[in-house]
Amino acid sequence: MFDDFFIRALVAGLGVAFVTGPLGCFVVWRRLSYFGDTLAHSALLGVTIAYSLEFNIALSVFIISSLIALILVQLQNRTNLPGDALLGLLAHSSLAVGLVVIGFLTFIRFDVMGLLFGDILAVTVDDLYIIWIGGALILLVLRLIWKGLFASTVNYELAEAEGLNPDRAKAIFTILMAAIIAISIKMVGLLLITGMLIIPAAMARNISDSPQKMIIYSIIGGLLSVIIGLFSSLEFNTPSGPSIIAAALFLFVISLFKIKQTIKLKN
Amino acid sequence: MSLNNNILVKLNDVGFQHNGKWLVQGVSLTVKKGQIVTLIGPNGSGKSTTAKIALGILKKIHGEVEKYTNKVGYVPQKISVDWTLPLRVYDFMVLTENLDEKTIDEALSLTGVIHLKDKSLGNLSGGEFQRVLLARAISKKPELLVLDEPVQGVDFTGEIALYELIKKISDELNCGILLISHDLHTVMSATDHVVCLNGHVCCSGTPIDVAKNSEYKALFGEQASQILTRYEHKHDHVHTIEGEIKKN
Repeated sequence: MFDDFFIRALVAGLGVAFVTGPLGCFVVWRRLSYFGDTLAHSALLGVTIAYSLEFNIALSVFIISSLIALILVQLQNRTNLPGDALLGLLAHSSLAVGLVVIGFLTFIRFDVMGLLFGDILAVTVDDLYIIWIGGALILLVLRLIWKGLFASTVNYELAEAEGLNPDRAKAIFTILMAAIIAISIKMVGLLLITGMLIIPAAMARNISDSPQKMIIYSIIGGLLSVIIGLFSSLEFNTPSGPSIIAAALFLFVISLFKIKQTIKLKN
Repeated sequence: MSLNNNILVKLNDVGFQHNGKWLVQGVSLTVKKGQIVTLIGPNGSGKSTTAKIALGILKKIHGEVEKYTNKVGYVPQKISVDWTLPLRVYDFMVLTENLDEKTIDEALSLTGVIHLKDKSLGNLSGGEFQRVLLARAISKKPELLVLDEPVQGVDFTGEIALYELIKKISDELNCGILLISHDLHTVMSATDHVVCLNGHVCCSGTPIDVAKNSEYKALFGEQASQILTRYEHKHDHVHTIEGEIKKN
């Protein structure tokens, strides 16, 4: 069944969408889209390390992204620089270092475009295992930290005062972010992972009035984006990542009309 | 240890420094079951900071906090909820603890906002939001309630009714309440113990003791002192949330 590259890509993409849906909502709520970008950029370094040491890519990306997140926390505590400057610093320098390392690895042929924008041809059966098992684990952990993470997203002090340990939830969430980037990098590419996280969630925000609804719509939006994106990628021979993101954008634009309609109804 | 049985939280000579400046220091106080302890003091006197120390929100404090309960309800003074989050009053009520519908409805009815249950939190007025905050804090039947200016923005009749409610909750749940207010009129009738802050504890005791204290008079003026002493009289009626008057 998984012999066909397109079926593999579809199964992989749908697996990713199930996880980016809920995580993306938190990225939007907690204003972490630039943070997601930074982790994704650092993934390139993870990939090059994986190639040069002949190591599993997802695992290597996961380790490097977590490390970058840790460095970010340290820098925030030790410098007076604003958060966005530190994120920019880490994002671009890790991307640059990754590209420099690629330059040194002349003995390996890199598909840089595939890394940046995703490559459906590259998805193997092993990748499917990583995506579905890894994704299930991410969702399970998210379910476990849900209460503390959600409460502290609404208000940190309430969560802390009433004993929900928001700092621990935040730290675990950061690790989950590194994990989703690690498992989805082949599908969407490192420049577009944040798009997969925030665009379906942003679409869902337009049509939801409760957090649970927003998460469900965000998952549905992601699944539809993957299906529409991959089929058009096959049809028009376009790269998979950008096609999925363009489909997500298309859904977002439709959700804007939904808002206009409700405003008209109110009047 | 039997003496400690009723103590919910005890601050021993605590203080907090921010950017080299003491926000508050040398505060000792105890909140016991069934007791209402009120913090009063001018703006910037460290009332909210003291509450946050007691709650464990502020880390790196001086002194020590002994806490004997985990069941805490908190109404913060300022709450900035990010409206990128679609949140109804109902979602907010179950934020830190899962509650059944009946408990939620009861709490929202007590503070007079049951009709807002399915409304979006972002569309509430200041006073309505304050009532929801209070409902949320009491709904989980906490042992310790920390209320930081709980009736700000609430209309005058509602304010009195909410203070009556707070008193009632303290009796019914037998919980301890740490209350912050600068409204001397309404608070004093219910308060067991007053701590007057001005960066440090300037005086403390029963409302009457504090009112007679010279430091208190210097801080708030002679008039405020009269307000407190006048509050020795007993009410012969109560105001309901809707503003009706009922004879006792």
